[in-house]
Amino acid sequence: MISWFPKSMKHNVTHYCAGCGHGIITRLICEAIDELNIREKTIGIAPIGCAVLAYNYWNFDTTEAAHGRVPAVAMGIKRVLPDRIVFGCQGDGDLAAIGLAEIIHCANRGENICIFFINNAVYGMTQGQMAPTTLIGQKTATTPDGRNPEDDGYPLKISEMLALLPAVAYIERTSVHNPQNVIKTKKAIKKAFQNQIEKKGFSLVEILSTCPSCWDKTPVESALWLQNELIKTFPLGVLK
Amino acid sequence: MKNIILASGNESCGEGAIQSGCRFYAGYPITPQNELTEYMAKRIKEVGGTFIQAESEISSINMVFGASVTGALVMTSSSSPGISLKQEGISYCAGCELPAVIVNMMRGGPGLGNIASAQGDYFQATRGGGHGDYRTITLAPSSVQEMYGLMYDAFYLAVKYRTPVIVLGDSILAQMIEPLEIKKFKSIKIDKEWILDGCKNRKPRIIRSLLLKPDELENLNLRLQGRYREIEKKEIRFEADIKNGTQTLVVSFGTVSRICKAVVEDARKKGINAGWFRPITLWPFPRSFLRKISEKVKKIVVVEMNAGQMLEDIKISVEGRCAIEFYGRMGGNIPDEKQVLRLL
Repeated sequence: MISWFPKSMKHNVTHYCAGCGHGIITRLICEAIDELNIREKTIGIAPIGCAVLAYNYWNFDTTEAAHGRVPAVAMGIKRVLPDRIVFGCQGDGDLAAIGLAEIIHCANRGENICIFFINNAVYGMTQGQMAPTTLIGQKTATTPDGRNPEDDGYPLKISEMLALLPAVAYIERTSVHNPQNVIKTKKAIKKAFQNQIEKKGFSLVEILSTCPSCWDKTPVESALWLQNELIKTFPLGVLK
Repeated sequence: MKNIILASGNESCGEGAIQSGCRFYAGYPITPQNELTEYMAKRIKEVGGTFIQAESEISSINMVFGASVTGALVMTSSSSPGISLKQEGISYCAGCELPAVIVNMMRGGPGLGNIASAQGDYFQATRGGGHGDYRTITLAPSSVQEMYGLMYDAFYLAVKYRTPVIVLGDSILAQMIEPLEIKKFKSIKIDKEWILDGCKNRKPRIIRSLLLKPDELENLNLRLQGRYREIEKKEIRFEADIKNGTQTLVVSFGTVSRICKAVVEDARKKGINAGWFRPITLWPFPRSFLRKISEKVKKIVVVEMNAGQMLEDIKISVEGRCAIEFYGRMGGNIPDEKQVLRLL
């Protein structure tokens, strides 16, 4: 078997927990950038949350954004440098809670950027509190008896909401819980970048990911829980 | 031939920014600075720049953050409650060493307050405003013409020291209309050694303020503090009218200083030995000059449209060398000339 290491990725050991999907997604982004030969014109934005140190693994120009503000920062960069490729990663807390205004309005303006939205249905970095995407009945640090819609509302379906907006070019929900879906996720990431190259407008790939640490499961149990439970609420596929 | 027009403070601010080379503006409407946002919407596109009416003050400062990492001359504006919302982003700009100009046309507070003129954001502007150990250069114009010129200084200083700069006006200055001479400025060039524009033919760069190791973060803080000491040494600006034998010095900033100037002129006609002092940089505050003056005068009268915020900087400068009296109005009320005169 021949293995290769993307030029867009740094040779650093990641801080991600065992069985977490972030490491896979980080690499898929780098592979896509390499294959499209856009490394030297790409600017990436790391969010607050589990991907906060993403720039330690990305070998191209990068910056940070305050909690929820990745789309606003990306928009500022892209408007000044319309020929560069600008993308950001955001978790579910970052994008669906504190940054909801930024993502909706950025998408609604059809900014020609890519957002990779990593949804693991829990606040990972802050150690397991409820996220807007937490499933009904799911136990978290702040829903010890399980998420109760009467108190906490329902899981927020961001991709379905954004797909309604006329200026949005592409929305797909994928997953990284098994090899087939990792391959589909890579394709989706590449398509999002390709859309930006072709100036088609706003693209978002929602990637369902595992969080063994905060789900209190083994990596294998986590992959199965994603497949059997998370996908029921967040079905995979192209939404726009 | 001089190019003189009639302009409001808001329009002067916008044109000053355009003439300084500002090519990215993101803002959100709030009274009393809406004419500035509207001016930028029209003018910045004429010169090939970007205008965005953001979905919030929070978004607009973060758009400015993004545009700034590319090396563009960037600006946002708001009024008091909106500036509070921008503070997170201003702190990030300070932490990432990014140049940005933030205009605050102050209104009455706290909370929603009102839309009348006030100076209650002095502490917020001069003490950092957001979280962490940082300072923002704060420029306080007192006329439509000075607003125009200080916009250039704001962009120049922001780029020179890679720091956010606050231009602190108020509701009166924003709305008043005066003659404005449009002057050309020298172009401001940003050092390209730190910007993000894709890593072609160079190593990738990271712009960030997250430094998890205490020593690394302390080093950033020490570097910033060193820069702030340099600014304190080099960038003090003020205006003064102090004659020999001055016994009472009136100190005020922004539009209030225009009232105080008139009062001092009136007092002199009545034989009172009064002088007048106006800091233009509220941070760095002209401490050493005031310290020297405090050895010569008997009394300093501080007049502000707040509860006594610059007063604290004056007390720190004077260190008890002379008497200090304070007269402040709040809620949008303007200091009364007769009241100031009584204190002289």
